[in-house]
Amino acid sequence: MAAPTPTEVEPTKTEQPESEETVQLDAPWVTLVWNDPVNLMSYVSYVFRSYFGYSKSKADKLMLQVHHEGRAVVSTGTREEMERDVEAMHGYGLWATLQKADV
Amino acid sequence: MKRFRSRRRGGAHAEFEQSEARLIANLAAQVAELLGGDVTAADSDDPLAGLVGLEGPGQPPDDPVLHRLLPDAYRDDDEGASDFRRFTERGLRDAKSHNAQVLIQSLIAGGMSEPVAADDTDDDADAAPAQPEVEVELDAEGVQAWLRALTDIRLALATRLGIEQDDEQRWTTLPDDDPQSYVHDIYDWLGYVQETLVHAID
Repeated sequence: MAAPTPTEVEPTKTEQPESEETVQLDAPWVTLVWNDPVNLMSYVSYVFRSYFGYSKSKADKLMLQVHHEGRAVVSTGTREEMERDVEAMHGYGLWATLQKADV
Repeated sequence: MKRFRSRRRGGAHAEFEQSEARLIANLAAQVAELLGGDVTAADSDDPLAGLVGLEGPGQPPDDPVLHRLLPDAYRDDDEGASDFRRFTERGLRDAKSHNAQVLIQSLIAGGMSEPVAADDTDDDADAAPAQPEVEVELDAEGVQAWLRALTDIRLALATRLGIEQDDEQRWTTLPDDDPQSYVHDIYDWLGYVQETLVHAID
């Protein structure tokens, strides 16, 4: 696993499905997706499945959480991993940010 | 328009009227044009900077549409947001422009009858009623480009219109001759197009 580095590395464009199902204890960053009035619910769920490799039930649950609560944590990992995920979400047109996980 | 239906290997197919195809292509061209300009790092003295993506702009775009297409990655960390923008914005702009170009090319390949420019005013959209429909045939890659390009077009229209959550009544009560009403109809219709595409591949 890549340690956090002080210098930025250009995030590579990756579209490979990544499974984030396992909780990483040393991964204190999260990707948040925020509700917006434009993106279709079907599309958001599709993006969660195709990019993160989530099951339909998990993707739908996250999509509904975004819709009803205004945001949802969609992935957890290192800062570099989360920057990659946020960049991918922006590529899909979703409104995503990253931040340190709440302790 | 006849809705998207699935093809083998993750592809999809749909038919559009000529005027519908030109409308989508025109909007895609406008989004691509918007994304193509306003990159401050284009003025950089280092010719390699653009190639390796090291010097994108650090500041968010002034245009609210561009800001929505290229949002801040950090909410409470201006430095982090600025760094992220420097390292990713050029690539995102290129990818989004490319998606728009793929969309336009697939409409041309499907028989769209005239070339498209961003300032195409679509004057004679109804002048040639005998033209056949535009047959859009997408492979899996084309599907991805369409999904994203349609999203970007809808985000752009929604930002210009000021669309908000659950504001449907605002639009249904506009007079029919209000230009915003017409644009909102286009926005709604593009949502329908995208919905059929998502369902076709899902």
